Amino acid sequence: MNKELFRTCPESGLQFHKPAELLMRSNAVLAVVILLVGGITALLVTLTRWPAVHLLPADRFYQVLTLHGVNMLIFWIITFEMAVLYFCSSTLLRCRLATPRIAWLGFALMLIGIVVNNAAVLNGDASVMMTSYVPMPANPNFYLGLILFAVGALLGCFVFLGTLVIAKEEKTYEGSIPLVTFGALTACIIAVFTIASGAVILIPTYLWSIGYINNIDAAMYRLVWWALGHSSQQINVAAHVAVWYAIAAIVFGARPLSEKVSRTAFFLYIAFLQIASAHHLLVDPGLSSEWKIFNTSYAMYLAVLASMVHGLTVPGSIEVAQRAKGFTNGLFQWLRKAPWGNPVFSGMFISLIGFGFIGGISGVVMGTEQINIIIHNTIYVPGHFHATVVIGTTLAFMSLTYFLIPVLFRKQVMLPGLAKIQPYLFGIGMMVFTMAMMGAGTLGVQRRHWDMAFTDAMIGFDYPASAYTFMGIVGISGVAAILGGASYILVTVLSVFFGKPVGSESSYGFTTSTLTRAEPIIVPDGGHAAAGKWGFAAPGTFLLAIFFLLVFVLYYAVNWKYLASVWPMS
Amino acid sequence: MSAIQPPAEAVWWKQPLDRVEGTWIAIALVWSLFMFIMMPLWHIYGKQNLSNEAYRTTPQAYMAKAQAMVNQYTVRTETAANLPVVRPPPGSDVYLVGRLWQWWPLLELEQGQSYRLHISSMDWQHGFSLQPVNINAQILPGYEMVLTITPDTPADQTIICNEYCGLGHHNMTGKIYIVEGS
Ligand code: HEM
Ligand SMILES: [Cu+2]
Ligand SMILES: [Cu+2]
Repeated sequence: MNKELFRTCPESGLQFHKPAELLMRSNAVLAVVILLVGGITALLVTLTRWPAVHLLPADRFYQVLTLHGVNMLIFWIITFEMAVLYFCSSTLLRCRLATPRIAWLGFALMLIGIVVNNAAVLNGDASVMMTSYVPMPANPNFYLGLILFAVGALLGCFVFLGTLVIAKEEKTYEGSIPLVTFGALTACIIAVFTIASGAVILIPTYLWSIGYINNIDAAMYRLVWWALGHSSQQINVAAHVAVWYAIAAIVFGARPLSEKVSRTAFFLYIAFLQIASAHHLLVDPGLSSEWKIFNTSYAMYLAVLASMVHGLTVPGSIEVAQRAKGFTNGLFQWLRKAPWGNPVFSGMFISLIGFGFIGGISGVVMGTEQINIIIHNTIYVPGHFHATVVIGTTLAFMSLTYFLIPVLFRKQVMLPGLAKIQPYLFGIGMMVFTMAMMGAGTLGVQRRHWDMAFTDAMIGFDYPASAYTFMGIVGISGVAAILGGASYILVTVLSVFFGKPVGSESSYGFTTSTLTRAEPIIVPDGGHAAAGKWGFAAPGTFLLAIFFLLVFVLYYAVNWKYLASVWPMS
Repeated sequence: MSAIQPPAEAVWWKQPLDRVEGTWIAIALVWSLFMFIMMPLWHIYGKQNLSNEAYRTTPQAYMAKAQAMVNQYTVRTETAANLPVVRPPPGSDVYLVGRLWQWWPLLELEQGQSYRLHISSMDWQHGFSLQPVNINAQILPGYEMVLTITPDTPADQTIICNEYCGLGHHNMTGKIYIVEGS
């Protein structure tokens, strides 16, 4: 009956559809190649912003920074996400991938888009940053490349959705889709919205750049562009939270504390993301305070709530699983006894902590209507989003890779010692890097700025010495993090292309099995929380969450206080 | 491995919440609502709010107003380029022009007085960043933003551009001198 080739991974029990497997491998490999380009540009940019080094000349700096932004934020992450989408649909649901040919067409469009866009920037007439704010013009191919890439990604989203439909029709799984697939579905729905917004703004901008449209309003551009720019960050969050849940399940056999809560939290991302783009426009002219407050908060704080919920339930589910294994001493034995030497786990946990404590808190603080006045467009902003998109998303994807190398690529991880320290080098380096950027931003150092010393400016300005110290720390910790990123690329490339095969040759066959429900929970005597404390199933996690809240409240208060010290304005 | 498997219960949405989740959701929700209320409260009780007063304009119309102000209130010129330093009367409308790559003209304001500071761009997007006091706003062509500011500190301020605006972006600066009232 079944005419499609599958193989079952003996170690993980996961079942791979042959065409899907090749697509996942290709997307993951392409993503890592882009990450390499992004990493080289990161090094050049970092060495230029490090005041003692100040490597590149100004024009090169702006060009390389543009490359860094588009390649990292758009191309690396979304290309890897395509692999994650195929994994969460075809592999997790044990289903054949819908229309692999369309998926390949999508892949080809993405690849062409990347090349066209990068070529435009390298050509030198598209150093406009990834935001390409009008009316600053870029080589039309800059927009064209982005459009092609987006269409390709959209096709990938449709293949994902189609696979879910097939899985349901062919009954490849019992009951409801797994939570991780639900998270991926969230990411996919947001991606479709995002790409639609992108089309609405990038197509007219492309037509404008080739002379078919006269004028694009700058405020309108920002409003619609950020519906793309912000929502795409919500894709990343949904995707990396899904990866966190997946890793908790893979490493610990953890199950969600409750499916209802975790799924509702994912749903909040979809429900409240569109208007959250307002927090990029808090000091823009032409929008009312009511609009700004409603849209930055109503929407954002419910999405924030969702992240705070995931921030509890992911480690909480690990804690419950560990306690069930007998690590019940005190509040934190479950955490101390976690496999800190396994990069799949350590990377995921550092990603969670860094995303929450640094990226999350700073994001909410600077997304407050008035506090944004003291932060907008300072280097605080890249400080914030390197914590979300680098420590959060990128590191989560890196840790997933260590799982995928044996399972998807059937290769042993080479240089296991390096792989072991990689998440620490990258994660901790980035933590220092992001906090130093925030420190410099608080002192008014600007983002996207070649010369904080204003050597050639007619009117100069002297930042305090502490600002230079912070930027020096940015340089040093940035280089450390780049070494961490380079280690990841080295380990991945060596393993995938030169690694020893795992086990026997994988054999493909026509038999498949149905994905069964999770085992029902065996509730211990005295209820779910018996293994915990205070009637809580996960008391240690709860304490961590309360600690998180205290840091949050304190930092929030400090920023209001700082704001109160600047000139009165109305 | 259950987050990557279908839920054990067919009707998973009826599974009761664990207490740790319920408690945390309640706390997090209260905190979210508190943060929401802080913003309107600050509009009422706080002193640092953008009025969000803004008008559509054109570079020509805006430049004409700025030029009129410069003609009337210039007190001296500075730098090799002879940039005008303008000292408008307290309470008046002050027009600041952002263009590639300068903030024009230089301003001289009295400490403790309020001014209606208008800002617009003649060309691309710019970022108004006043340092060291650290006030930042986005400046767009075609839009005239009005900020009522009250300099209450004695230090002179430099205006830095903090929206990338091409090759000369890092050289785009301006000045607001703060002087004692006469
Ligand atoms: C070790 C790794 C990395 C280092 C050291 C690094 C460093 C930097 C530096 C110094 C800047 C310039 C800030 C400025 O002058 O405005 C920057 C900008 C940026 N980075 Fe990274 N980065 C790294 C990885 C990443 C990754 C993985 C991503 C995305 C997934 C990313 C996304 C961005 C974006 C979007 C910008 C802003 C570009 C713009 O302003 O248009 N970076 N990065
Ligand atoms: Cu500018
Ligand atoms: Cu600029």
